[in-house]
Amino acid sequence: MTHPHAPPLLAIRGLSKAFLGVQALDGVDFTLRHGEVHALLGENGAGKSTLIKTLTGVYQRDGGTIALCGEEIAPRSVEDAQRLNIGTVYQEVNLLPNLSVAENLFLGRQPMRFGLVDRAAMRRRARVILDGYGLSIDVAAPLQRFSVATQQIVAIARAVDMSAKVLILDEPTASLDAQEVAVLFDVMRGLKARGIGIVFVTHFLDQVYAVCDRITVLRNGRLVGERRAADLPRLDLVAMMLGRELEAASHRLAQPEEIDDSRPPLVRFQGFGKTRSVAPFDLDIRPGEVVGLAGLLGSGRTETARLAFGVDRADSGSVTVDGEKTQLRGPREAVRLGFGYCPEDRKKEGIVGALSVRENIILALQARQGWLKPIPRRRQQEIADRFIRLLDIRTPDAERPIQLLSGGNQQKALLARWLATEPRFLILDEPTRGIDVGAHAEIIRLIERLCADGMALLVVSSELEEIVAYSRRVIVLRDRHHVDVLRGEDVSVERIVASIASESPPSPVPPSPVAEVRP
Amino acid sequence: MSLSLSGSTRNLPQYGALVAVLLANWLLFPDFFSIRLQDGRLFGSLVDVMNRGAPVALLAIGMTMVIATRGVDLSVGAIMAISGAIAATMTQAGWGLSAVLAASLASGLLCGLWNGVLVAVLRIQPIIATLILMVAGRGIAQLVTEGQIVTFVSPDLAAIGSGSFLTVPMPVVLTVAMLGLTALLVRMTALGLMIESVGVNRLSSAYAGVNTPVILIAVYVWCGLCAAVAGLIVTADIRGADANNAGLWLELDAILAVVVGGTSLLGGRFGLLMSVVGAAILQAMNTGILLSGFKPEFNLIVKAAVLLVVLLAQSPALTTLLPRPRGAQPIKPHPVAPKRTTP
Amino acid sequence: MIQRFLPLIVTMAVLVVGFLLCAAQFPNFASLRVVGNLLTDNAFVGIAAAGMTFVILSGGIDLSVGAVIGFTTVLLAVLIEQAGIHPMVAFALALIVGAGFGAAMGAVIHWFQMPPFIVTLAGMFIARGVSFVLTTDSLPINHPLYSDLNEVAWRFSGGGRLSLPAMLLLGVFALSMLLAHWTRFGANIYALGGNRHSAELMGVPVARTTVGVYALSGLLAGLAGIVFSLYTGAGYSLAATGVELDTITAVVIGGTQLTGGYGLVLGTFGGVLIQGLIQTYITFDGTMSSWWTKIAIGVLLFVFILLQKGLLAVWSDRDGDPAEA
Repeated sequence: MTHPHAPPLLAIRGLSKAFLGVQALDGVDFTLRHGEVHALLGENGAGKSTLIKTLTGVYQRDGGTIALCGEEIAPRSVEDAQRLNIGTVYQEVNLLPNLSVAENLFLGRQPMRFGLVDRAAMRRRARVILDGYGLSIDVAAPLQRFSVATQQIVAIARAVDMSAKVLILDEPTASLDAQEVAVLFDVMRGLKARGIGIVFVTHFLDQVYAVCDRITVLRNGRLVGERRAADLPRLDLVAMMLGRELEAASHRLAQPEEIDDSRPPLVRFQGFGKTRSVAPFDLDIRPGEVVGLAGLLGSGRTETARLAFGVDRADSGSVTVDGEKTQLRGPREAVRLGFGYCPEDRKKEGIVGALSVRENIILALQARQGWLKPIPRRRQQEIADRFIRLLDIRTPDAERPIQLLSGGNQQKALLARWLATEPRFLILDEPTRGIDVGAHAEIIRLIERLCADGMALLVVSSELEEIVAYSRRVIVLRDRHHVDVLRGEDVSVERIVASIASESPPSPVPPSPVAEVRP
Repeated sequence: MSLSLSGSTRNLPQYGALVAVLLANWLLFPDFFSIRLQDGRLFGSLVDVMNRGAPVALLAIGMTMVIATRGVDLSVGAIMAISGAIAATMTQAGWGLSAVLAASLASGLLCGLWNGVLVAVLRIQPIIATLILMVAGRGIAQLVTEGQIVTFVSPDLAAIGSGSFLTVPMPVVLTVAMLGLTALLVRMTALGLMIESVGVNRLSSAYAGVNTPVILIAVYVWCGLCAAVAGLIVTADIRGADANNAGLWLELDAILAVVVGGTSLLGGRFGLLMSVVGAAILQAMNTGILLSGFKPEFNLIVKAAVLLVVLLAQSPALTTLLPRPRGAQPIKPHPVAPKRTTP
Repeated sequence: MIQRFLPLIVTMAVLVVGFLLCAAQFPNFASLRVVGNLLTDNAFVGIAAAGMTFVILSGGIDLSVGAVIGFTTVLLAVLIEQAGIHPMVAFALALIVGAGFGAAMGAVIHWFQMPPFIVTLAGMFIARGVSFVLTTDSLPINHPLYSDLNEVAWRFSGGGRLSLPAMLLLGVFALSMLLAHWTRFGANIYALGGNRHSAELMGVPVARTTVGVYALSGLLAGLAGIVFSLYTGAGYSLAATGVELDTITAVVIGGTQLTGGYGLVLGTFGGVLIQGLIQTYITFDGTMSSWWTKIAIGVLLFVFILLQKGLLAVWSDRDGDPAEA
């Protein structure tokens, strides 16, 4: 389908976009050819979604050019992009579950007859369109009756039928199982054969190699490189994504090596897991130990953290705390057991925005004490002031609403919330995400200090050198399985990258038993 | 929490509005502020404002906390009717005052519990959950009174509506007492913090270990209790229970008082005293309109205007356009649902 | 398919079973006269409820309908009796005012991003307030056209009649079903109620649809006001107090989700008739007290809300488990 001298389907050159001084995209090039599937990869903050949103008219670019079939374009809105033949399908299918399949396909462009919607014609045409995707379903049934995979295909069919030349698939496979992914890939190959260019965003490397012709990797808003999939070894790809030169030796901090593995663990998860979230895993954590969770986005690291705090309820396995089997029914139970949890999405799940720094800091402690035993105002003030000093939270005073603080200081206040409860086991999900360099270093030092004080920590991070720096053990996740445990000398960026990139397909049964669990 | 300096400056508009309305009344009627003592009870327009404003002020106290959790209780008017009906019917049947009061207040608690369970456990939207009792509650009240306007002769019960304590009319005393009790309950325990926390961010609060269902139920139960007290006052005042009309549309006045008092319908920070001030503003306007010889019907239009002005000032569309004072940054809603790999 | 229609089926089953129970108990019940009266007596609530259905389907709520009905009766009385305007012209003016009022509320809701609950509450105060200002008395309307219109009826043998209000009710529901299911505007309303954000991404004109929905509700409330004034032959500012609740209840009993996006206009028709049936039953019984109406409606409301919760939970379960689909 590719014409040697024709301009590429889509040519993005030097694209830049900044938000409030933060450069989200910095001179990025991206080329999509007719009839190819092009993977757009990168970790959080790489600029993928900014690129897509600029392309689909949600954001307006600051600089650079976008050319479609050689003609420069500047989409101003989603509809604008649609008119220009750029269609997008998101992970959370942006269709309407309450409408029928046919209505979803034709919303806003229903066939009309005598001034009324011709429902029969609409259904007929819907059936014809979906037949082209090998989908024979009841098009009059509400969309929500069908699986996410089917909904994805309907969304793709709508986008393509509105005459897409460029189809952007933003993590369409995130909630699909293997069989459904295979069906989706067939659809993608069919579209490719029709000359449509597909931009494919995913976190699953196997899928990249299964269906993509080319790969473009972004990191921190910059282009790392464009490669043909066939020419790019998996290990190199992971290195490109994580931004590690494999030769660079990683710096490890001193670790309390004297921890005795024969000592009983503080927390022990056995066969702990949740269907469609993370496969059952075993995990022991001892006081004074930091366990790192490494893996690509969507590999199950956040899910592991949520399960460990009881935010999501495990449907298999057991938890033992201090040698006693216990139930983890929810966050309140976890708090009672002396657990703490700083979630990844600080704004939605962490801070209570309109309340003061003081109130945010004492919230968990107060919740554990119950409403009948209020912490006296003076004591609240002391606790807040102490942690503001201790963690160097930059705020004029403890009464400032926490939403007015910078991300790094919000994170420190959240840490303070848990430290105030004197937890035994702290779960941190991306504790250094989106915060400035200074605060970043402070939080890492803090993690080491807490560990030295005898706390047990489970830390999720996509910053590998960070994980290597403080973790005594690193658990590597891939495709929602705990696939590897690195310890001692093996804790290095190279080993983590190699482990993430290794190709062994995830086993349907629980993964290789974690080393230290012995009968 | 409204004790801090920034708190009192934040409430300046409310106090200003109250003073302005009172001054306007005074300009229209130089007698407005004159108070006289007669038969051991205070009389005067100002006393009248407080006395008549008491039921709405009581409702507003309970409603404030419900709204602080991002909810609303439409059933308070119906709860007033129920508690009044029980009080009147039992008194007529010869029960003693303490039994009457206990039963009447218990009915309010029970109604609140029902609402709270629907909202917190069954997770029904507050407007809808409380709509059920709003519709059925009046029927229950009529069931109690068997459709009659039940009148009673009981100086004890009547004293709640028309008596006085240390020269102050009883409804005012009860409102102040309820305000004090509620303030004590929420500010001397950690309830206030947790209510605000749940209202601002239910998810974050739950992850911090706050028992969100219990907080929500407690708030609706207390709102039911406040409504029951208001119902008692109205019944005692007219020495009878009119299940059809007692507390009719007062839920809307209560919501209005809370909004005028500055508690956001989006939940979060709340001011109990400010809601009572809001009720006082509304009642003072009402009295002013009556005194100045306008038809009382104008009151509705004035209320609508006040509601719109206050809400426009809080409207997210406007707050994003206008610079906001420190500490009042609007929270922008997330445009897209957060990504999660599991559905 | 069955899922989409299940709430409607339940509503209609309740209606039919209720009617049969009544008919079994009272020999005169199963007659065209009773059915005709049921339609006539509930015409104004039904017409307003049709408008409310669209508002709720779009994810909003309109608390002003009762007040708009009351205002319309007063406006008609003032226009016809005091200004001497011909009723037909007055009707047209009333409809325009109703629609305009609704459109204004819709505009405030959309452009100021204010909750519909509060905006329409203010609308309710305004509409009631203005009608109070116009008159607090009940103004009789004595125009001959009124008695003529009240004579318009389709008579059945046996004394039953389908009055003009009843015909209007049936007509409004027929047109509403057409609008809901056979026009782009209807599809856009469902889309808005399903997920506003997605609807926007799919190119639904959100502003136009929001304003249109409240304008439609205002228009139908105006029509309900005309019917009410025909029915009572007077304009009264306290008329139709609380009708907003009756209409919301009818919509919910009719199987429409109060959160929007799901429901059928026909269900609302069933909901209106169920409420009317309960009232008729109590009238027929004679010994039963009127408050049982409210309690029974409250119970129905609760049961239907629970039913919807249950259905939604079943649906989303299925969603979470695509492997089974």
